[in-house]
Amino acid sequence: MYKKEEKKKEFVYGFKQGIPIAIGYIPVSFSFGLMAVSAGLPVWLVVFLSLSNVTSAGQFAGTNLILAGGGYLEIALTTFVINIRYMLMSLSLSQKVSDSFTLPQRFLAAFGITDEIFSVASMEKKALTFPFMAGLIIGPVAGWTLGTLLGGLICAARPEAVASAMGIALYGMFIAIIIPPARKSRAVVMIIAISVAISCILRYVPMFSAISSGFRVIIATLIGAGVGAFLFPIKEEEET
Amino acid sequence: MERAFIAVLIMALVTYIPRALPFVAFRKKIKSRFIKSFLQYVPYAVLGALTFPDVFYSTGNLATAVCGTVTALILAFLGKGLVVVAGGAIAVVFLTNFIF
Repeated sequence: MYKKEEKKKEFVYGFKQGIPIAIGYIPVSFSFGLMAVSAGLPVWLVVFLSLSNVTSAGQFAGTNLILAGGGYLEIALTTFVINIRYMLMSLSLSQKVSDSFTLPQRFLAAFGITDEIFSVASMEKKALTFPFMAGLIIGPVAGWTLGTLLGGLICAARPEAVASAMGIALYGMFIAIIIPPARKSRAVVMIIAISVAISCILRYVPMFSAISSGFRVIIATLIGAGVGAFLFPIKEEEET
Repeated sequence: MERAFIAVLIMALVTYIPRALPFVAFRKKIKSRFIKSFLQYVPYAVLGALTFPDVFYSTGNLATAVCGTVTALILAFLGKGLVVVAGGAIAVVFLTNFIF
């Protein structure tokens, strides 16, 4: 058990960690809102979609299928396959949470496991507490939802140059997250190199063209992290 | 619109399940050294595969995307924070848009 002030401190710390993610989400969700509303979906539905899904690729693919008149099963399968990668992230985070995490809290926090929240949470040195996770999740979810609302409301042409420049924002964040640890660890460099190589092979070799982007990430991750764990097992004292 | 609403609810469900299942199911600490190492390396592998090669298509123009990516790599290598790296990449893509 820990005190109220400590919970508050954890929450505030988590919230601060989430701010860059929330900012990064706004242009992306803005584009999504703009796209979905201009394609004919009502603003309330598009905002509800962002709030209830909080995911990029899966949500974009699902929305495309809704607009194209796809069936429920097709929508469910496509979205699920793109999102299977969350199982790896969720499994990884399940090993990092503090003992104070209750079962209902796990159900709540799981809602907020996005690529970006996962990466920030997994780089934390300490065990993850519920107030920290709540603080970390709340900003990005708000940013994602608000961005969608703004995009939907404006639903007007933006200067093309600004729109396309914003597309790189989240990838820039990913790069900022993986490069500093890669400078310090040869194992990390190799794991990144393997998973990027696999990802590129699956993307460009025609034989693999049927593999969806979701499965591409899963396969690349399994091989990259698997080879890494085999060649560079962590030392016993490194884990806590 | 009812159809679209039901589709959105289905999407929300199939997005939540893979997030919640392992997080709720694995409440004991895993003992295997291999699996522990594997899980520790997952973030790097995931983010690497998510970023490449998709980043090159993120701006609708391969040339500006490459410039933005190189900028992000350099800034990240210099140890800059998330906002600086992402902001720098956006700025370079925006500027190079006028060239290419």
